[in-house]
Amino acid sequence: MTAPDTQPDALYSAREPIYPRRVSGRFRTLKWWLLTVMLGLYYITPWLRWDRGPNLPDQAVLLDIANRRFFFFVIEIWPHEFYFVAGLLIMAGLGLFLFTSAAGRVWCGYACPQTVWTDLFILVERWVEGDRNARLRLHRQKWNGEKIRKSLVKWTIWMLIALGTGGAWVFYFADAPTLMVDLLTLNAAPVAYITIAVLTATTFFLAGFFREQICIYACPWPRIQAAMLDEDSLTVAYRSWRGEPRGKLHKGEIVPNQGDCIDCMACVNVCPMGIDIRNGQQLACITCALCIDACDDIMDKIGKPRGLISYMALTDETAERAGNPPKSVWKHVFRPRTILYTVLWSGIGIALTVALFVRADMALNVTPVRNPLYVTLSDGGIRNTYDMRLRNKLGQDRNFAVSVISDADVSVRLEGLEGTTVMVPANETLSQRLYVEAAPGSEAAKSDRTELDIWVEDVGGTTRVHHDTIFNGKDD
Amino acid sequence: MSERKPNKPGEVQTTGHSWDGIEELNNPLPRWWVWTFYVCILFAVGYCVAYPAWPMRTAATPGMLGWSTRADVDADIQKFSDANAAIREKLVAADLTAIEADPELVAYAKNAGAAVFRTHCIACHGSGAAGVVGKGYPNLLDNDWLWGGDIEAIHTTVTHGIRNTTDADARFSQMPAFGELLSPEEIGQLVQHVRNISGQEHDATAAAAGATLYVDNGCNACHGDDGKGGRDFGAPNLTDAIWLYGGDVDTLTATVTYARYGVMPNWSPRLSEADIRSVAVYVHGLGGGE
Repeated sequence: MTAPDTQPDALYSAREPIYPRRVSGRFRTLKWWLLTVMLGLYYITPWLRWDRGPNLPDQAVLLDIANRRFFFFVIEIWPHEFYFVAGLLIMAGLGLFLFTSAAGRVWCGYACPQTVWTDLFILVERWVEGDRNARLRLHRQKWNGEKIRKSLVKWTIWMLIALGTGGAWVFYFADAPTLMVDLLTLNAAPVAYITIAVLTATTFFLAGFFREQICIYACPWPRIQAAMLDEDSLTVAYRSWRGEPRGKLHKGEIVPNQGDCIDCMACVNVCPMGIDIRNGQQLACITCALCIDACDDIMDKIGKPRGLISYMALTDETAERAGNPPKSVWKHVFRPRTILYTVLWSGIGIALTVALFVRADMALNVTPVRNPLYVTLSDGGIRNTYDMRLRNKLGQDRNFAVSVISDADVSVRLEGLEGTTVMVPANETLSQRLYVEAAPGSEAAKSDRTELDIWVEDVGGTTRVHHDTIFNGKDD
Repeated sequence: MSERKPNKPGEVQTTGHSWDGIEELNNPLPRWWVWTFYVCILFAVGYCVAYPAWPMRTAATPGMLGWSTRADVDADIQKFSDANAAIREKLVAADLTAIEADPELVAYAKNAGAAVFRTHCIACHGSGAAGVVGKGYPNLLDNDWLWGGDIEAIHTTVTHGIRNTTDADARFSQMPAFGELLSPEEIGQLVQHVRNISGQEHDATAAAAGATLYVDNGCNACHGDDGKGGRDFGAPNLTDAIWLYGGDVDTLTATVTYARYGVMPNWSPRLSEADIRSVAVYVHGLGGGE
């Protein structure tokens, strides 16, 4: 260890506010489209209707936590089918891996809510306060009438957007039109108001004030992503061998040995993360590609070819620096790694789809009662008890007939019911106790374990389901 | 804006510590982080004043809001009691035999009864209600009942108990200890008779002598001529496969010699009528109910 060579100027530092300049170009246009589509989907989806018959909600997408049922257009997920949701989450995870290894931090740059809402908030800021220079001037000036007025207008619009964001969220969890009326008449559940308040506050502060700090300090995803990027992943990069040495443009003058970069700072001024891409790939870069648009614009103006800053993989950089042509984008995208992710992703997708269409409209779960394992009856017969859970997934009440298929001589009885048929109400799960009795002295009564298959059949229908279980006898 | 001069590219402040060429950076903390830290400290101070926090000799400091976990639980219990009050009134008002025909009542009674059973009954009857063979705690799952297995009989048993001295209405019967009346040989013959009528391995000669002793000594007065027992006296059925204490020769000999005297407390002073009815419905629905 050596003594400190420098003393820090300050222990704590304030954030340097970033005021990105307006930019236009291919990527900016693409991002506006994506923003419109994604926010549109987010706000409109809960209001879509979907007719499911009389006893079920008619909301197309509904996460009915209270009744433990998820609805997604034709698909209905029951709690015991939660593996569908787990499968979708795994697909989402693999999808992120796929996009990251193929196209780098494309999630961060285009689709992450933090990016999208920050983009929208910066747009509002620009409408109210003007472009970068005007905002910088306003930031530096003392608080006066103009600054207060503009700030209040900006914050009000932000707050309205934030309120809409938090408000739309709760509609996914209850019938949207009903909840809207309840919310406006102050009759909704407290949890709805609390959720809206929390999401409104987080939207307002995260997109309005914290912005790039979330990506740099708070978000774990950039760290995980770093492990998934490789030398073939697309990143935003500056062609330093073409741009350097940078120098100011002198009209009509050709400066010998000067690169294409005219040090106009356009790439830095438009960056929402406040970085200089010319320093190379860095943690804070979310590859939003706005610097590409900004630089292309400048290159057009000074009559130089586009692409001083562009999407590029690390292998291209090495190749181009050595004067070789870069690989085509498709060669970067189609690699064993991305193909593997695609195969896994579609494999799970196909499995889930198949599982979705082969699942029955009824379900049976059987838990043998093990306390005690068996009951001796007065005639010496042996009884086993099973707790059945019967699910009727259709919209009408149905009768289910219970039977047992086994080599052993056993009889079946339902607790509290005459006969072996039980009515299960529409869209409900019923708990029913089942008694299986083996005659005195029979093989099943005497042996330790006998295989048993419990069948439940829809009376008058075609569906039937079964559950394998065990009959415990009195093994002396 | 920071007062700190920006570092030149590639120049980062370090603490000067260096291990194997790896240097420890000394970047300043974000100011918002520091303020969040201070706010957390303030919150902690406020929390300690408002809520129970510091452990003292016998209890923690009570806190100015007077909140406690116990009061919280009491309030929760009160909330549920209030919510259940209506259905419990309905349960008590209903005719005993009509309870099981009402889906709403039976659903409540079975759940409430299971809770009552777990709290008060499992000490003897076991958590699975299977009793303990050999100790005389009856199995409540089977179809053999000493005093009756319909809902009313179960309700009476739970309310008043069996052979206790605290309830005048308790079910009562007493088997004589035949060790004082009969010789060991005669007792052995009686035991062989019981093994005979229960379909177990036995000595035929001794059993025949035992059959005579069975009638001469009045065993049939309670257990019946055929040995199938009698519910008026809670006399067990001696012919079936179910034994309270055991059907082997040693256990039967002990039973006849010293007699048995199984006691169950009366629950009416300890449980509310709604709870007693609930547990009766629960036991009735365990598989052996009549």
